[in-house]
Amino acid sequence: MYTDKVMDHFTNPRNVGEIEDANGVGEVGNASCGDIMKIFLKVENNIIKDVKFKTFGCGAAIATSSMVTEMAIGKTIEEALELSNQAVAEALDGLPAQKMHCSNLAADALHEAIKNYITKNN
Amino acid sequence: MKHIYLDYNATSPVRPEVLETMLPFYREQFGNPSSVHWAGRQVSGALEKAREQVASLINASPAEIVFVSCGSEGDNMAIKGTLDALKDRGNHIITTAVEHPAVLETCAAMEKAGYEVTYLPVDKNGELDLAELEKAITAKTVLISVMWANNETGNIYPIEEIGRIAKKYNIRFHTDAVQAVGKVPVDVQKANIDLLVISGHKIGAPKGVGAIYIRRGTRMTQFMHGGHQERNRRAGTQNVAGIAGLGKACELASQELVSYYRRVRALRDRLEDGISSQVPEIKLNGTPFRDRRLPNTLNVSFAYIEGESLLLNLDMFGIAASSGSACTSGSLEPSHVMGAMCVEVTLAHSSTRFSLGPETTAEEIDHVLDVLPTTVQRLRDMSPLYNCGRTAEGCETCETVRRL
Repeated sequence: MYTDKVMDHFTNPRNVGEIEDANGVGEVGNASCGDIMKIFLKVENNIIKDVKFKTFGCGAAIATSSMVTEMAIGKTIEEALELSNQAVAEALDGLPAQKMHCSNLAADALHEAIKNYITKNN
Repeated sequence: MKHIYLDYNATSPVRPEVLETMLPFYREQFGNPSSVHWAGRQVSGALEKAREQVASLINASPAEIVFVSCGSEGDNMAIKGTLDALKDRGNHIITTAVEHPAVLETCAAMEKAGYEVTYLPVDKNGELDLAELEKAITAKTVLISVMWANNETGNIYPIEEIGRIAKKYNIRFHTDAVQAVGKVPVDVQKANIDLLVISGHKIGAPKGVGAIYIRRGTRMTQFMHGGHQERNRRAGTQNVAGIAGLGKACELASQELVSYYRRVRALRDRLEDGISSQVPEIKLNGTPFRDRRLPNTLNVSFAYIEGESLLLNLDMFGIAASSGSACTSGSLEPSHVMGAMCVEVTLAHSSTRFSLGPETTAEEIDHVLDVLPTTVQRLRDMSPLYNCGRTAEGCETCETVRRL
């Protein structure tokens, strides 16, 4: 059902946890559909220095969360805003069709965190 | 890695004695049981033997057993065949909100076709209120369909009492007994049942075979049209090998029922007690009265984590279980059984079913108990719901989908 990359990120998720002095936090999903993703950002000089996540959800939800943190680190916030859910899924060599819309929300969570950062810093 | 299979309510391995019984019907005894020649005669006896074995397990007569391809076929046949045959008498079915989709979806299809269906609610433990059942009966009620035991929670329903109510009001009574047969005593006479459905692969027979008990004199509209097999009650050349296997599995179940119950129940209780004492913040789904649950079934939710991710983690340790989360049901909603029990939505997504079988060992249960607490904790540490001060949604605001 899942690709090796999904299983790798699910089994050994990167950047799990919270950033205590995060300057951007975003959350998407809801309990009803079974997926909640929360992203914590540390942005310095417009560059994402650190990202961490916490996720309640299925294998795909955890793997996409892990992948998006890897993809976002080191990017400018403009570059990170370009990251799409589709790109995250592709980086994992694809997701099962039924997971594409329900559990593939990690980029949305990242964007929420960036928006939160922008709001706080303007 | 050792494989630990704890998903017997989904399916069971074919038992070696059953397979041995079946093999000759794929080789030398290949005939069509309807044929008059030697090849046909060789196998027709096997069908009748299996009919006796199945009948004996549920205290029926062999002539009251019809072989079908699976439990779903039996349930479809029971409901559709009854409604059509009794359409002059009424148009109302009473069933429960926690039936297997084989019954629930058939009832929903009948609703679309113009019939009326009452879905009886269950309480938080998944138990029925029989006063509600009696209240639901109208002059138009032609069928009561209540499962003997629930596949997700293992709850056993008061079938004998429901049978008495059905008899009192002269209403036909169908029960999907797929999960009960072979696990607890099933007696169609004692429970006044008119239609009862059995599935082979839940009891050590292969997939692709089942049986329906049709009480003598029960008028049914034919569901599968064609040849004269099964006394015109179900057309189609019989799955002889599968039927012989089902017969053998029923014979073994009759012989082993008491020892099976005692053994599997002790292992299930060991698992239940172990999880309760080793993992904090869990919720048992189903009745807390263990005698009113199948001896092999435990359904538990682990707060703050989602079921599919737990299953995948257990799978990495070779442990096979199942979940009521949306992700494993192929829909966006968690299990309708959890919904009917008003289980809070995140707990419904986390509901995890362990169902044991005759092959399960104490070592396997202990291995699960070794692995489970740390696995749950690892996922909790990853969850934004854990230790964040959020409280579970109340029943009033919870959006779990209920049919009612």
